[in-house]
Amino acid sequence: MRSDRVLLAHGSGGTMMRELIEDVFVARFNDEVLLRMDDAAALTLPPGRIAFTTDTYVVTPRFFPGGDIGRLAVAGTVNDVATSGATPLYLSVGFVLEEGLMIEELGRVLDSMASVAKEAGVRIVTGDTKVVERGHGDGVYINTAGVGVIREGLDLSSSHCRPGDAVLLSGTLGDHGIAVISTREGLTFGTDVVSDAAPLGGLVSAVLDAAPGARCFRDPTRGGLASCLNELASASGVSITVEEESVPVREQVRGACELLGYDVYQVANEGKMVAVVPGDEASAALEAMRGSRYGGDAAIVGEVAEGPAGRVNVRTSFGARRIMDMLVGEQLPRIC
Amino acid sequence: MTDLQAAWRDPELAKHLVDLITQAADRPIKLMEVCGTHTVAIARFGLRDLMPPNIALLSGPGCPVCVTANRDIDLAIELTHVDGVVLATFGDMMKVPGSYSSLQREKADGRDVRIVYSPLDAVQLAADLPDRQVVFLGVGFETTAPAIAMAILTAAQRGLDNFSVLSVHKTVPLALEALVNDPEVAIDGFILPGHVSTIIGPEPYRFLAERYHVPGVATGFEPVDVLQGVWMLAKQLHEGRAEIEVAYRRGVSADGNPTARARIAEVFEPSDAEWRGIGVIPGTGLAIRPEFAAWDAALRFDVTPPPPKEIPGCQCGEVLRGVTLPFECKLFGRACTPEHPIGPCMVSSEGSCAAYYRYTDYGR
Amino acid sequence: MCLAIPARVVLMNENQMAEVDIHGVTRTVSLSLTPDAETGSWVLIHAGFAIQVVDEEFAKESWELIKQIEWVDGDPAEVSA
Repeated sequence: MRSDRVLLAHGSGGTMMRELIEDVFVARFNDEVLLRMDDAAALTLPPGRIAFTTDTYVVTPRFFPGGDIGRLAVAGTVNDVATSGATPLYLSVGFVLEEGLMIEELGRVLDSMASVAKEAGVRIVTGDTKVVERGHGDGVYINTAGVGVIREGLDLSSSHCRPGDAVLLSGTLGDHGIAVISTREGLTFGTDVVSDAAPLGGLVSAVLDAAPGARCFRDPTRGGLASCLNELASASGVSITVEEESVPVREQVRGACELLGYDVYQVANEGKMVAVVPGDEASAALEAMRGSRYGGDAAIVGEVAEGPAGRVNVRTSFGARRIMDMLVGEQLPRIC
Repeated sequence: MTDLQAAWRDPELAKHLVDLITQAADRPIKLMEVCGTHTVAIARFGLRDLMPPNIALLSGPGCPVCVTANRDIDLAIELTHVDGVVLATFGDMMKVPGSYSSLQREKADGRDVRIVYSPLDAVQLAADLPDRQVVFLGVGFETTAPAIAMAILTAAQRGLDNFSVLSVHKTVPLALEALVNDPEVAIDGFILPGHVSTIIGPEPYRFLAERYHVPGVATGFEPVDVLQGVWMLAKQLHEGRAEIEVAYRRGVSADGNPTARARIAEVFEPSDAEWRGIGVIPGTGLAIRPEFAAWDAALRFDVTPPPPKEIPGCQCGEVLRGVTLPFECKLFGRACTPEHPIGPCMVSSEGSCAAYYRYTDYGR
Repeated sequence: MCLAIPARVVLMNENQMAEVDIHGVTRTVSLSLTPDAETGSWVLIHAGFAIQVVDEEFAKESWELIKQIEWVDGDPAEVSA
């Protein structure tokens, strides 16, 4: 790789592009199918229904405490596949690179991706790269699509929640959003909070083993827990009540939210999973979560009830009740 | 103090205060939570549910974002169109609609609008960008005005001639007098803004009790604080007293913060101010003194925004005066929602309508 | 207009700036409005400034006093808390 930065020529399909792909991408992903560099990856899938998902990652800054855009891109798509109760098997990766991006930085992003893919047991088998002019593209945008095979007999859906079900959360809220914003200009503050971006296929699998009646899984990414629960309540036509005291939040995240005037229920998470399971399977599911790699702080945070449909309530520590509303637009720091 | 913050959320203490309030509230009383942050705290902790039915809590005009006049937002937006200007603002102002646009929309259109947490960050921005003109949008009551005063003093001390402030700051006590004099408004007592009181102390409110026989209690923002404030008001009303008391003792001293007040007096002077939905309330504005004219954005730039216009049907003014409850507004939850806000009460993070919409099921 | 958070001053710097700690999060703020603040003080911070020094002992006492309020109709109780 002769250049130290990405040039427009690297996207034009010629020898320079080939050099970029071979030296920088393929060298890191090192997958047998990918190495063939065919236009399409020819794969054999185990029998069964497949889960198929795609997501595009545009986070700025691309490196933040605890992770980077690459880690997000792989973990995020793995998690989306996992929420269907499928074992994630293969990923495609598509890059839009901005002219001038340092190869060294790109390398770090790719190393992250390779590392998470390896941990999740998922193979990156096909990809694409385009280069856009300087001033467009914010450094790097990544699209990942993922495919997996759904466990036999499983039919998870956000519309399956029933009154009496328990709502579980796999760990502390708000870590990712706060880690990212702590690096934003004009708002810098010192904190040890790091992004929680992580692949949760193993966690979901463990919960399914322990609680075969599980209704659905969802990862509370953009819009946080509030968006996630509001969507579940709406899709199932039920109401959900969250016990504020049960929700795990790190002290520092709490402090940062107070400082910025943020609602922790609306802050993004990238390594957390919400699971809704029948009430009598709740303890087993909790134990399974707590026993998995990223679920040590898991808790039962709420319960599903009749209605009104689509309503998410919070029971505050005095037994007073208020609504957990969804984020509108983006959360902005406030002083009022 | 981490424990102490939790202490002011103690459910046992909350229950104790609710019992006391229920005892004292022997007839229907209307209390106004002047400060938008109180509105949010009450909604967020579900305190309205805990109050006995005799107590009605009305939101007031204490959301400086909500009461910033259309014409002032239009002016700020017009400044973003000036070549070389960087408009720095608190996040709160981004989504508030002016007559035609909002800062957020202007930013999306490519204007240089940046969010800062502190006005000192805007001063530093001016130092870092010597070829640009940094204008800070100064919004807020007495809680915030000292910080902006310090920003101007710092810019002056550092000799920065590319920093200026567009001051739309307002003060609270005279606005409360306007409310008390408003025939449509009927308030039995004021839950006074805790952090405005941190700066000004209880004295500037005395006239409300002495001249108008309306009690007020300077109240903090944790659930126990709010309940304590309500209890002290209910007790006063029950006993036929009208005094200005301080519930938020740990945050408000008898003399407020004299240093902060001195900074305000050094940099600002009282002026008339237009409160959105209410109109001009004389003496409630803070204009930059002539000595600091060099840092006054209103004087530095010669721009003419288009004539201001209000949105037909918007009842923010009545909501801000406590005359109408948010869900009584015809637009609430229909044409006006957080996704498509018509007026500032719905769009501001501490606007009454937004608080009602987000945290309660009224009007849904 | 009133988001002010209690924080502890952990390090005083020059130009009346200081580092404060809120639940383990640190931030640089100005102490120019609270000349009495020193390392270890609790302060309320708003928009990058400390606006009040909070006496921890006093705060604890005032909390205790709330617990002790007893009121029987017609009997002026000790209300200052």
